[in-house]
Amino acid sequence: MKTMGQKIWDSHVVAAHEGEPDLLYVDLHLVHEVTSPQAFESLRLNGRQVRRPDLTLATMDHDVPTRGGRAAADEVAGRQMSALDENCRLAGIPLYGMGSNRQGIVHVIGPELGLTQPGLLIVCGDSHTSTHGAFGALAFGIGTSEVEHVLATQCLRQRRPKDMAVTVDGELPLGVTAKDVALGIISRIGVDGGRGHVIEYRGSTIRGLSMEGRMTVCNMTIEGGARAGMVAPDDTTFRYLRGRPHAPSGDAWAVALDAWQRTVSDRDATFDQEVRLDATELQPYVTWGTNPGQAVPVTGRVPDPANESDERALRYMALEPGTAIEAIPIDRVFIGSCTNARLEDLRVAASVVRGHNVHPKVRAMVVPGSASVKHQAEAEGLDAVFRQAGFEWRDAGCSMCLGMNPDILGPGERCASTSNRNFEGRQGSGGRTHLVSPPMAAAAAIAGHLIDVREFAEKALSPLRGGSERG
Amino acid sequence: MQPFTRVTGILAPLDRANVDTDQIIPKQFLKRIERSGYGPFLFYDWRRQGDFVLDRQAYRGARVLVTGENFACGSSREHAAWSLLDAGFRAVVAPSFADIFKSNSFRCGLLPVELPQPAVRQLIDLALQEPGMEITVDLERQRVAAGGFEAMFDIDPFFRECLLNGWDEIALTLRQEADITRYEVGRPAWLPLTNPTGGETS
Repeated sequence: MKTMGQKIWDSHVVAAHEGEPDLLYVDLHLVHEVTSPQAFESLRLNGRQVRRPDLTLATMDHDVPTRGGRAAADEVAGRQMSALDENCRLAGIPLYGMGSNRQGIVHVIGPELGLTQPGLLIVCGDSHTSTHGAFGALAFGIGTSEVEHVLATQCLRQRRPKDMAVTVDGELPLGVTAKDVALGIISRIGVDGGRGHVIEYRGSTIRGLSMEGRMTVCNMTIEGGARAGMVAPDDTTFRYLRGRPHAPSGDAWAVALDAWQRTVSDRDATFDQEVRLDATELQPYVTWGTNPGQAVPVTGRVPDPANESDERALRYMALEPGTAIEAIPIDRVFIGSCTNARLEDLRVAASVVRGHNVHPKVRAMVVPGSASVKHQAEAEGLDAVFRQAGFEWRDAGCSMCLGMNPDILGPGERCASTSNRNFEGRQGSGGRTHLVSPPMAAAAAIAGHLIDVREFAEKALSPLRGGSERG
Repeated sequence: MQPFTRVTGILAPLDRANVDTDQIIPKQFLKRIERSGYGPFLFYDWRRQGDFVLDRQAYRGARVLVTGENFACGSSREHAAWSLLDAGFRAVVAPSFADIFKSNSFRCGLLPVELPQPAVRQLIDLALQEPGMEITVDLERQRVAAGGFEAMFDIDPFFRECLLNGWDEIALTLRQEADITRYEVGRPAWLPLTNPTGGETS
């Protein structure tokens, strides 16, 4: 009578003592340039070694420039990237740095390489580590002190979280994507509704999502306050994994498959909290405020403020209550991030863009999630679709999701973004972010304002039907 | 880690809910590779907008922050806790904290104190009405006292011990070497390794 979260937890307990948090073993530790240098330095100062470089993988994603070339944009970023290079070399940690054909956003490359597998305990010094839960892994973000702890011991001390079930049933309406499922859930539970919990996403809608879609939903889990979100592994998961570089092969595949199939919640498992959503009632969402819970359907209007937070958000966003969402003009479009920069996202966005041009007042860019996504997209000719329409086609990285590299919004600029956070200044000081799905971002780029993607030709939307799995 | 037993100092109010870590320390300051020196950049954008509450003379040198629910949500950046520490804060009082921030705070010596919403409201009002008033946060007795205000708080007993003693958590775990090795021996052989048997590294 256990949830899958409890099962994974129990199978990773190294030591449990009364009154203390459990000591858990980490199967996969992902590392990037921003949250690791202080951890490595502290190890050195204490004369400690990296225990399991062979369970650790590093990439560069946050700082990297996305406009060709391999040089860091500034000296401070350069120092941070060199530090990762040096730290990985000394510790023997595999690193996919700039120029590697495996480089990319840490949460895109883990799954791509087949390292993200069901039943694993995965951590990374990044809150969007929840993404990996799409495979039925227990995956959550940690801070730098914990990064150091994992480097030194391959373990983490944690209190057992509560379990929350979010069940979404029904067929997704045309034009409604996994991103809208995520925004719909957060609007329902609030930005701290999942605090202290692990969320298991269940129901026919979730089952019907591709791995890409499930990753989008799990990615946004932290925006609802829960550190980890997960989906039970099934045939969709196994099909995705088979043949990937680090997935088990030969005789090991059958052994692994047997273990994975048992990593699901028992039929009679109970949850501390349960939430149900009807997928048929979901719509394409747009955030109007400065947290991801402040979202309304695209057909809606900017709401009247309910409290001081709302008033602050409206002031920052320079929006009047009652304004139709579709009447909001935009300056920039960003299609990218660990939320929505996988191949399926780019395919759907391209299907909307094909045959149209970016509005003359809009600057739009596509930043693939990894070098591999970029390569595959180019092989399919998606880059040509975007370029011809007037989009910039960039190299892989976190880019304008958080603007640590040169890709930022200017003060007052308004952006339709496929990323995960619309916090004040997130994409650049004074910048205004509206979170949307990839097809909604593509449609906004063409229209020059926020617009219901369902107004575009039905033909263009056919790849969106039922969230069917593609590739 | 710097031990925490008891702190007495000025209480500064930040009357906002869902303050995210992007506000506490914006991304442009995350490129540094040091653990210190973030204090001047705390709430950088809000300070630049002028008349920010923490910049009022009466709250200068404050050691305790009282704020709204779900404090420090968003990014996992421990820089948020470091910047508060670097700016002189040793404790934050709020109705709730984001999970990752709370965990980070315990590990770098910043005390997250959770009090019920009405008690926090009372403290915020006190700090606004009597700017510069002092508060005492006593971890040993799990007690907060300011003027006529007094409240007890709950805290994870393990992290309480760590904070009181300034223990190095890694040193504690390294003492469990035998447990870790035993666990490692029992791990299935098919679990993935990151060394690139599957292809090239850069």
